[in-house]
Amino acid sequence: MTLRDNPIAASYLYLLEPEIRFLEAAVEHLIPTDELGPGARDAGVVVYIDRQLAGSWGVHGRQYRGGPWMEGTPQQGYQSRFTPQEVYRIAIREINQHCKAEFDRPFAQIAHDRQLRLLEQLEKDEIALPSLSSKFFFDLLWRNTEEGYFADPLYGGNRDKVGWKLLGFPGVPSGQYRELVTSSEPYHAEPVSVLDVQTGNVPVDAEGFPKHVIIKRISDKES
Amino acid sequence: MSTTKLKSVDVVVVGSGVVGSIMSMELASAGLSVMCLERGKQFDIDTDFQKPNVYDELKFDRHSDIFQNLARDTITFRNNNAQTALPMREMGAFKPGEMVGGTSAHWGGNARRFLPHDFEMRSRIEQRYGASFIPEDCNLQDWGVTWDEIEPYYDQFEEIFGVGGKAGNLDGEIQAGGNPHEGPRSREYPNPPTRRTHEGALFADAVSSLGYVPFQGPTAAMTQDYRNLYRVQMLECARGGFCSSHVCAQGAKANPLTSVLPALARQPTFELRPLCNVLRVNMDSTGKKATGVTYIDARGNEVEQPASIVVLGAYCFSNVRLLLLSGIGTPYDPLTGKGVVGRNYAYQQGGSVQVFFDDREFNPFIGGGQINTSIDEFNGDLIDRGPLGFIGGAYINTATSGATPIKGKRVPPGTPRWGGEWKKAVAHNYRRNMSISIHASCLSYQHNYLDLDPTYKDAYGLPLLRMTFDWNDNDLRMMKYLNERSTEIGRALNGSRPGGTKKGTQFGITGYQSTHNVGGAVMGSDPSTSVVNKYLQSWDVSNLFVVGGSAFPQNPANGPTETIGMLACWAADAIKDYVRNPGSLV
Repeated sequence: MTLRDNPIAASYLYLLEPEIRFLEAAVEHLIPTDELGPGARDAGVVVYIDRQLAGSWGVHGRQYRGGPWMEGTPQQGYQSRFTPQEVYRIAIREINQHCKAEFDRPFAQIAHDRQLRLLEQLEKDEIALPSLSSKFFFDLLWRNTEEGYFADPLYGGNRDKVGWKLLGFPGVPSGQYRELVTSSEPYHAEPVSVLDVQTGNVPVDAEGFPKHVIIKRISDKES
Repeated sequence: MSTTKLKSVDVVVVGSGVVGSIMSMELASAGLSVMCLERGKQFDIDTDFQKPNVYDELKFDRHSDIFQNLARDTITFRNNNAQTALPMREMGAFKPGEMVGGTSAHWGGNARRFLPHDFEMRSRIEQRYGASFIPEDCNLQDWGVTWDEIEPYYDQFEEIFGVGGKAGNLDGEIQAGGNPHEGPRSREYPNPPTRRTHEGALFADAVSSLGYVPFQGPTAAMTQDYRNLYRVQMLECARGGFCSSHVCAQGAKANPLTSVLPALARQPTFELRPLCNVLRVNMDSTGKKATGVTYIDARGNEVEQPASIVVLGAYCFSNVRLLLLSGIGTPYDPLTGKGVVGRNYAYQQGGSVQVFFDDREFNPFIGGGQINTSIDEFNGDLIDRGPLGFIGGAYINTATSGATPIKGKRVPPGTPRWGGEWKKAVAHNYRRNMSISIHASCLSYQHNYLDLDPTYKDAYGLPLLRMTFDWNDNDLRMMKYLNERSTEIGRALNGSRPGGTKKGTQFGITGYQSTHNVGGAVMGSDPSTSVVNKYLQSWDVSNLFVVGGSAFPQNPANGPTETIGMLACWAADAIKDYVRNPGSLV
């Protein structure tokens, strides 16, 4: 099924157009497209981030929200008064304002190497944003980018299981693992996602484990 | 708010985790009426944790609804008294549970007993090295029990949780294939040990070449189909990973849901009430006797449950907080050293050395069920600590716990944190590394403690528990030594490139470490340094028992769950004695 057949998989619940442009440019630097395969943008990481922000986590539904709000030490963890929804909205607006002041255009439209340099500065907390720490935003963005690239495709990222193919992670386990656990032979199979099993794309055995399709590798064929 | 007062029961048990479930089972099957109150939801093991949805790392590891809902109740944290404690707003270093089945519903299944040494640590260290060897600010304490007293209760717990392993010491006779350094066992494990993985075999060869004795660490994931002491059937582990943070889809990991609650549900004198948040233990006018507990039920009503005996069997934090909120026992004051409630809080030290191979490829996603190959030479007090200058120890192992794609990737030191180089490194190394893990003790110190926060409140307007904690020099010296030994093991793995992962010298609550929070309501033989006696009975209130990780005077290396389960069995027997002959058990 393509995205054209399933427009819901490429729609946005929370993010606004300038934010989508910002994030598509930013996450592609964090996990770039290269000879190993698609990067974060084509893996659907921005859709993933949108779904997360639109859900319970985006408003910190199960996180402690009581005040007073104080800065805290790095050891004390997340102390921002802002929910993740607010962090993304405020930080992206303020970074784009910074870019417009410095380079006359928003982040998504500045040169590739300037974007990269700016992300490095954000990570090092070298950009003074009016409302929050640039490092705090960067760390959250990187956390979500990594999640989106490697989480089950259920959540809108890791499209076509590109993150799992990159690693050689077969996804939902096979019932054969019981016997394979002592094996020193590398096991390679086409990854199976929760989404694949839920949608019936991959059949399951009597125990409910999916049937893996083994990938024959060149070295296997030679031996 | 008006309070509904219910009919009295023999025993009210707070919490339905490893302690609450076993305690309820033991007391209900002895004929006592038992009311178990659980703050979390009721889950149905047959429908709520099914394939394929359980194999979802993001949901269960990051956004789980089986962990404590911090929006309602969390802790505050600071490294020391000079700081202002701030709330733990999101889960990080540890993940207390919130469900029928408790935290142990999502444990990893590591089922090790402590060592005989651990229960008498102060006496034995003093005897071997002299009292001055113990750091001045270290509240090192004996537990008030001996190995011979508690060994039968370890045995009982292992028959409930179906622990798989190979005995290394049967009644003093050292057994080939087991851990020769374990305490003497009265009989063999109920289930066979795990089979050794490729990584385990490499580790075993490397440690053998260095003179250590490898063994398969004991596990509570079934190594064969097993019917337990309570006649509950569990299935063999499928080795598909997704263990810690998850509830097993196979029902193969022993926990209250799979091992105890099915039998408990059949007890006619037992009742479980989920979604009930206990606010306090109620006391009579003398302040010497508990009369029951008050809780908020699922509809928000305040309810009083009278009981002849009160058992606090909740997570470490909740047990300590309920004592403080109820005004039972003297709160600990770190400035004077007086008081006991909140004293001797401890966490768990640990670290790892990653080993990278160019010529080997593993299957890191196959495993779980706590498959590990371990050594115990650095645990307890086997090696002379005199020249090393620290107290404490660790077991060291390599575990194949099912490396998941978000959190289970490892890259060599010096790899950038993101970008193209990082992408190449994760692609190359995900299947080409193994981890040598150090699971180390954490002692208790005067400045590490729990009390009530002066500022932050929970959803009911009650003060949050405040944790004041940092690593200590003794424990950091230990970790430096253990890191060096683990790096040696890494070098002994042929063709490998060890890369250490350095842990900061300051404790932080971000980044998962372990859910092994202990102490604060410790057991012992001296009321001036312990909250409960050796039978987990409150020194101040004889019909109150406080059972769980909260009772550990310090945290040995081996992981707390097995010993928490053992203490539940031990205290349940003591409560049966108490029923026959009420009063102080010591």
